[in-house]
Amino acid sequence: MSANAPAPTGQLPDAAGHFGRFGGRFVPEALVAALDELDAAYRKAMGDESFLAEFDGLLRGYAGTPSLLYPAERFSAKIGARVLLKREDLNHTGAHKVRNVLGQALLTKRMGKRRVIAETGAGQHGVATATAAALFDLDCVVYMGEVDTRRQALNVARMRMLGATVVPVTAGSRTLKDAMNEAMRDWVANVDDTHYLIGTAAGPHPFPEMVRDFVRGIGEEARQQCLDLTGALPDAVAACVGGGSNALGIFHAFVGDPGVRLYGFEAGGEGMETGRHAASITGGSSGVLHGTRTYVLQDSDGQTIESHSISAGLDYPGVGPEHAWLHDSGRATYTPVTDREAMAAFELLCRTEGIIPAIESAHALAGALKIAPGLAAELGREPLIVVNLSGRGDKDVHTAGEYFGILDKEQ
Amino acid sequence: MSRIGVAFDKARADGRAVLVGCMPAGFPTVEGSIAAMTAMVDAGVDVIEVEIPYSDPVMDGPVIQKASDIALAGGVRVADALRIVEAVAATGAPVVTMTYWNPIEQYGVDAFARDMAAAGGTGLITPDLIPDEADEWLAASDAHGLDRTFLVSPSSTDARLKMTVEHCRGFVYATAIMGVTGARAQTSDAAPVLVSRLREVTELPVGVGLGVGTGAQAGTVAGYADGVIVGSALVRCLLDAPDPAAGLAALRALSAELADGVRNPRR
Ligand SMILES: Cc1ncc(COP(=O)(O)O)c(C=O)c1O
Repeated sequence: MSANAPAPTGQLPDAAGHFGRFGGRFVPEALVAALDELDAAYRKAMGDESFLAEFDGLLRGYAGTPSLLYPAERFSAKIGARVLLKREDLNHTGAHKVRNVLGQALLTKRMGKRRVIAETGAGQHGVATATAAALFDLDCVVYMGEVDTRRQALNVARMRMLGATVVPVTAGSRTLKDAMNEAMRDWVANVDDTHYLIGTAAGPHPFPEMVRDFVRGIGEEARQQCLDLTGALPDAVAACVGGGSNALGIFHAFVGDPGVRLYGFEAGGEGMETGRHAASITGGSSGVLHGTRTYVLQDSDGQTIESHSISAGLDYPGVGPEHAWLHDSGRATYTPVTDREAMAAFELLCRTEGIIPAIESAHALAGALKIAPGLAAELGREPLIVVNLSGRGDKDVHTAGEYFGILDKEQ
Repeated sequence: MSRIGVAFDKARADGRAVLVGCMPAGFPTVEGSIAAMTAMVDAGVDVIEVEIPYSDPVMDGPVIQKASDIALAGGVRVADALRIVEAVAATGAPVVTMTYWNPIEQYGVDAFARDMAAAGGTGLITPDLIPDEADEWLAASDAHGLDRTFLVSPSSTDARLKMTVEHCRGFVYATAIMGVTGARAQTSDAAPVLVSRLREVTELPVGVGLGVGTGAQAGTVAGYADGVIVGSALVRCLLDAPDPAAGLAALRALSAELADGVRNPRR
């Protein structure tokens, strides 16, 4: 089996989708039959050589994987660690998301469904879904908070060019969580012919496990590439955590390597002390949101609290249940990174390596900066850190340009 | 037998269905929702369903979403919902609570069951809690003598119908359509089929909801179900009214029309 093909699943979650006390299914009964159907199709596909070969062929021949593992030497010199960047930004559509979308689109075909729906925040997952829908000749509807359709107008246009219908959601806070609610409502009503293509490792079972398995090639590739390049495993792996797909994707292959520290960096927004952040693990508590039990930003009545981040892709008040479990078990460490820290790392990567990262990924870069001195002290040598560069910054040029004050006035 | 069970038995003896009317707690205000629910009881609604407003109501359509948003913006708390249950239960009508699971989990499942029972509520309808995940609620509802209404759907397999009704107490909630709450022009073809499938696996009364909005529709549903559950159409009476008095008048009129409907089952 190639590095890209998902291996048979490990022992977690259990058969009902629980990662310890997290995960499971908190959904209307109307969706249970569809989730069972999906679960069966996914398990069958994972054991089906022809599915795995087709998926692998798409990843290599269409998405452009395996992505490079690039030694970022000038960036490394600035931060006092040897940094290897997993270049998911070079994938077709510009992020790790394409891996999950291709896997789920293939499954959609196998289930005989002709329509996919998706939620999107920044628009990256929406664009990836619209891309796969075009490729697989599926009808595609993308739900997007009205606030985000204005923040990310270019991605709305991209989705429409690809033939998708973009529905601005005006309910609630008009952002990603409300788009997810609306997609769920659509799914309940149209479950016969529609697959809900969730964009991250969250939601009801089997989504967290399935999405992880579709993106775990990131870590499998990176582990082998790191061994080939350096002869050793990294001291640490760093990724940003929104819903958690890119982080699980790169963590998973390393979970069984006790010497490899796993770091997830959440969006600390304007700072934890301000309450304006999106750090569900660091700043939230256990609860139920969007079909799963996990860490949630919520008040004492269980009402979801709106999240804040300069990065639309991390601006979500929940997190995938496997991360909740990795946190509780202590296997991975989760730390917030503020908007300001992320943007400093964003600028540093631009200037040292000529790579414009997604602002999401800039949180992982800033995280590497944070952990480098402690790791160096602990190890007594320069640490080796693999950072998941989950996406490219084209979509963020406007936000970053405004942040740095480098847009001309009339723009 | 629970107070709900008594209401269903009595209606069955009278050859009619029970009318269940739903209203979000704290909409338009805490006092306003007590007035609305009391008016519904006065106009002939048999059972009041108090919905706890939630920030992410995935089973609700635009009307109940909007009412929930208004209630939450007004600062309604779970403790207020319990206060409302107590006030409405004092009318003598059975009061159930419909709630998404997270507010209960945060309140504490056993604590909520205890306080709900103390307020005179009869049980919970749980739209996003399936029996598979309900161990804590099964224990708490047993400990405090509350009914458990889980939902079943046209898409439920026979095995799941059987499993779900085995965990219900009081009544079963059959969702008439594949979709979210909201009044619809036509009642569903799927609902009578679902109800007859339920009859094969349970003696429990069956309430049918999602989409009912007129007396005629209530009569049609009463022809095959034991309970008719109405939400959005009642909420809309208040949402669309120019002022609170007009809202209550419209609410009374629709409640009476629906009460008439369940007394004239169309078989
Ligand atoms: C480039 C990139 N990285 C990360 C994320 C966050 O998602 P996740 O935590 O699922 O990887 C997004 C989401 O839009 C993204 O576009």
